[in-house]
Amino acid sequence: MGERLLLRGNEVIAEAAIRAGCQCYFAYPITPQAELLEHMALNMPRLGRTFIQAESEIAAISMVYGAAGAGVRTMTSSSSPGISLKQEGISYLAGASLPCVIVNIVRGGPGLGNIAPSQCDYFQATKGGGHGDYHLIVLGPSTVPEAGELTMLAFELADQYRIPVMILADGLLGQMMEPVELPDPIDPASLPAKDWATTGAKGRAPNIILSFEMDPDDLKQMNLDLQSKYRTITENEIRYEEYETEDADIVIAAHGTIGRICKSVVRMARAEGIKVGLFRPITLWPYPYEPLKRLSQQVHTVLTVEMSAGQMWEDVRLAVAERAATPFFGETGGIVPTPRSILNEVKKHVR
Amino acid sequence: MSANLENMVKVFERPQSLTDARFTYCPGCHHGIITRIIGNVMDELGIVERTVGIAPVGCSVFSYLWYKADSQQVPHGRACAVATGIKRARPELIVFSYQGDGDFASIGTAESIHAANRGENITVIFVNNQIYGMTGGEMAPTTLVDQKTTTTPEGRDPRVAGYPIRFSEMIATLDAPAYVTRQALFDTKHIMETTKAVKKAFQYQVEGKGYSLVEILSTCPTNWRMSPVQSNTHVAETVTKVFPLGDLVDRG
Repeated sequence: MGERLLLRGNEVIAEAAIRAGCQCYFAYPITPQAELLEHMALNMPRLGRTFIQAESEIAAISMVYGAAGAGVRTMTSSSSPGISLKQEGISYLAGASLPCVIVNIVRGGPGLGNIAPSQCDYFQATKGGGHGDYHLIVLGPSTVPEAGELTMLAFELADQYRIPVMILADGLLGQMMEPVELPDPIDPASLPAKDWATTGAKGRAPNIILSFEMDPDDLKQMNLDLQSKYRTITENEIRYEEYETEDADIVIAAHGTIGRICKSVVRMARAEGIKVGLFRPITLWPYPYEPLKRLSQQVHTVLTVEMSAGQMWEDVRLAVAERAATPFFGETGGIVPTPRSILNEVKKHVR
Repeated sequence: MSANLENMVKVFERPQSLTDARFTYCPGCHHGIITRIIGNVMDELGIVERTVGIAPVGCSVFSYLWYKADSQQVPHGRACAVATGIKRARPELIVFSYQGDGDFASIGTAESIHAANRGENITVIFVNNQIYGMTGGEMAPTTLVDQKTTTTPEGRDPRVAGYPIRFSEMIATLDAPAYVTRQALFDTKHIMETTKAVKKAFQYQVEGKGYSLVEILSTCPTNWRMSPVQSNTHVAETVTKVFPLGDLVDRG
């Protein structure tokens, strides 16, 4: 492991991307992820790598498409309205099975919304966002160090499965400073060659990057291949954290920033003798349905807490079904629920 | 007979850089000529093994089938941004985009202008036939005033739909581009001149001189409701009055 640094979440994601061997970064400025862009602007050229401030979010994701197709590790980042603009390119990247990393430092929505932290893009990230039958791998960090770890992981998973991977964080995580230890940098030259990439058809048949097939049978096969890949990812890559769940009567389900806050709530509740645990999905797609289903068999309540009007709540209810009560507590508009307000909500469900 | 054949000199053959796949273009359309020209230029410069072509959305969506080069098929209008990504990732590659007027000069306006303004070391082949061919003959940004299309059934009325956009002239106002030219293919002389222009555009990229744009006035007999011969005459006599031929920028 490398040196210990005090960095903002945005800077940690940028630095982790560089250490993961990201050779091309393209983005358009937007709050609250500007520090990420600025860290890349400063450091990528120093390393002889590509930084371009694109003319638009659409151009940035299209540049990612080109660089990913050319076989290098590449990333873009933005915040909610910017991610909406990128959906065209994201659908094409998914269809063409191109590996890349997309960071969404979510802000309050809909529309222009505000620059305060929110989790209101969960549906967009995990259920599609763009057109067509596709998924991204979606990783939801809850601390600054975890944002770094998951960014490194994102590049690995993207290459392994030839899939776009999204880091779904929020403005709080992006702006917050914490001490982190980042791993030593990966030399991009040491990464395995991508024999499918458009690197020049010398001594081989041309490589073609495509996200379409005109013939319905061929397009069906492309979709079947994607679905098969998604099943493999679901079997192998589900990640989640359980905290104090062994003897819990109530489990809080929460991801990202609010997942971390709910850890404090668990400790506060336990200090008062209330048996509460936390279930925190780390992969938001694929969602940890089975682990949550198992957990729901030992508790009477699974309380979903989100910084949204209740989006992950739908996945919680799919996992829990009728095995336990599934109340919801959340805030919108960029308001972060306090531990005290969540604890008060927990107390309503004590039996 | 065989002795005679041996003595014959081959003066015309399929470019080595093209595959054997048959074009999907309509009879009389100039896309086939342009594809051949690009194939010949790749042969002459010996670059097919390090070239990546960008296939757009539109009639030339299948252009990845024609070249023995790597290709990326990309979203409508985004070719210049994708080309930027490829070229920045691997500067040793020769990257060209092949785009129609709707792709390059309408939905891709921002990407087209800003790649040129950055002076990306890429080559853009911009095929201007003043119509949307694949979707059924709708108005293009380059459609002439009074020209009938399926979305301007009474003819393009500039009070409603504006004027044909001279995109290459707009690009030519920028400081970065190395070469901007407009060419046509309505007779042999112009086919030869277009070939020279395309070769220069690729040559500049090979030499690292920066962004080049070759606009080529093309035909669409199917949607123009004209014969191929009428179409060529229309380009020569009418279209070139709105879109004058010649070099706009040459900083080589």
